[in-house]
Amino acid sequence: MSTTNATVLIDSWTMTRRELAHWQRQPVQVVIGLIFPVMLLLMFGYLMGAGRGIEGEYISFLVPGMLALTMVFGLEATMLAVTQDLGKGVIDRFRSMPMAPSAVLVGRSVADMFQSALSLVVMIGVGFALGWRWDGGVAALLGAVGLLLLLRFAMLWLGIHLAMLAGKPELVTAVQILVWPIGFFSNAFATPQSMPDWLGAAVEWNPLSATAAAVRDLAGVPGQLSGSWAAEHTYLLAVAWPVVLIALFFPLAVRRFRRLSH
Amino acid sequence: MTHATDAIVMEGVRKRYGEKSALDGLDLVVARGTVHGMLGPNGAGKTTAVRVLATLLRHDEGVVRVAGHDIRTEAREVRRRIGLLGQHAAVDEELSGRQNLDMFGRLYHLGARRAAARADELLERFGLVDTGRKSIKQYSGGMRRRLDLAASLITDPAVLFLDEPTTGLDPRGRAEVWASVRSLVGGGTTVLLTTQYLDEADQLADRISVVDSGRVIAEGTADQLKAKVGGDRIDVVVRDARQLASAARLFGDEATVDEDRRLVGVPAPDRMAALTRAVQALEAAGIEAEDVVVRRPTLDEVFLQLTHRTKEAV
Repeated sequence: MSTTNATVLIDSWTMTRRELAHWQRQPVQVVIGLIFPVMLLLMFGYLMGAGRGIEGEYISFLVPGMLALTMVFGLEATMLAVTQDLGKGVIDRFRSMPMAPSAVLVGRSVADMFQSALSLVVMIGVGFALGWRWDGGVAALLGAVGLLLLLRFAMLWLGIHLAMLAGKPELVTAVQILVWPIGFFSNAFATPQSMPDWLGAAVEWNPLSATAAAVRDLAGVPGQLSGSWAAEHTYLLAVAWPVVLIALFFPLAVRRFRRLSH
Repeated sequence: MTHATDAIVMEGVRKRYGEKSALDGLDLVVARGTVHGMLGPNGAGKTTAVRVLATLLRHDEGVVRVAGHDIRTEAREVRRRIGLLGQHAAVDEELSGRQNLDMFGRLYHLGARRAAARADELLERFGLVDTGRKSIKQYSGGMRRRLDLAASLITDPAVLFLDEPTTGLDPRGRAEVWASVRSLVGGGTTVLLTTQYLDEADQLADRISVVDSGRVIAEGTADQLKAKVGGDRIDVVVRDARQLASAARLFGDEATVDEDRRLVGVPAPDRMAALTRAVQALEAAGIEAEDVVVRRPTLDEVFLQLTHRTKEAV
């Protein structure tokens, strides 16, 4: 049993190294991946915040929303990578080798989580440079990063599952288009209070909204967690949403990967 | 009869996709250390058979043993002992040749140092040292296939599956792959080779199974298979295409006609006597022949006869 576990670890590390080697060979793509959310942050921060004369205040509101949005957009990156991998013969070679089958998925998830952590560091740095106020202390900041990565981890397994379900790059395009309204249908850019009642209530149930509101509260922005049931239980939702998604899609994704031989 | 020394055993293997039967009771026995050719048209089930043998696809019925291990219950033992060269390059296109071989070596649990050493060794052996650090995207088709083959040989597998290893390669790439396969056989590896090219099976394989519609319809050495279509033949090439039909009539029902080559083919079990009869008959009928030859049948003819397909369909 212990040799099997050791094999899983060794093979997972080899598969993670594979992803890191991909980045090394395509540094431009990596940089673009990191810059894209920063561009969105700058764009929305200045277009919407400055336009309404609430620049500094709006940045503090916007950064947590953009961080959560970046985690959700990670879904696309995971889907694209898995779809591309499956379309190639190399997966067949992996599957015909005496390696731990789970290592293929573990390698993918470690690499994606690493990329997302790096992206968070960059975004948080840019956020602070733009005047994002953090009154919550270091422990709260780490807690916020933890919640964000938890959301990303849920998107990761959802992405792997969807990629294997579709098996074709066409569905990735569909998801890429759909992810935008889902991202905007949240509290990332505007407070639910500023929306029509029905819309505001729906928006608060978006997993992205729960994580963003929790990060805002951890930052010390007051008045985040009052009003509706969803708002008052933001922390519960920020943990429960990703956990439920992971509990659902992790086994589904692993099962699909195993059933590639059917 | 199967023996303990058989490297590959498939007995009554079936695989269905919905209504369609990809493998319909396929039987195959390959003795250790031999090259076995699996010959058949597109869609005959060759690739399905290889994917089942390489543990990539689960079969519905039948027994499959590779290198002495059941592929259902001992898949990992099988995977330790096989190499696979599929139709599409099974390497990571983004990485270099060296990075690929190093990665696969680690996944075979050679350890970092031995994996690196093995990668260098294989690059050297397959003439890829100069390009070892380039991304695979920059490789030619033949180089890619050679790297793919190198990746299949990292652990000196007991059984190697080559699924149409030269499909899509130019003649030079084909020659490269053939040379590599020949050099392997000396080392005691068992090779199962699928191909649509008859000359490839003829050149490389000790024994050949002809597969059609998911089952083996003939098996034997190339010579045995050729003997099945009735031994030697005479080819008559007429000078005037308009005389082709009357020439064919001289030889009765057994004659075959190839209009493009102005050729009439006739079975000639008694060789020289048949040749004399043919020449006399042509002369008597006043048909001028450009060429009259006695020859062994080609595997093409065996194949076409066995699969009952027209040349155009193959």
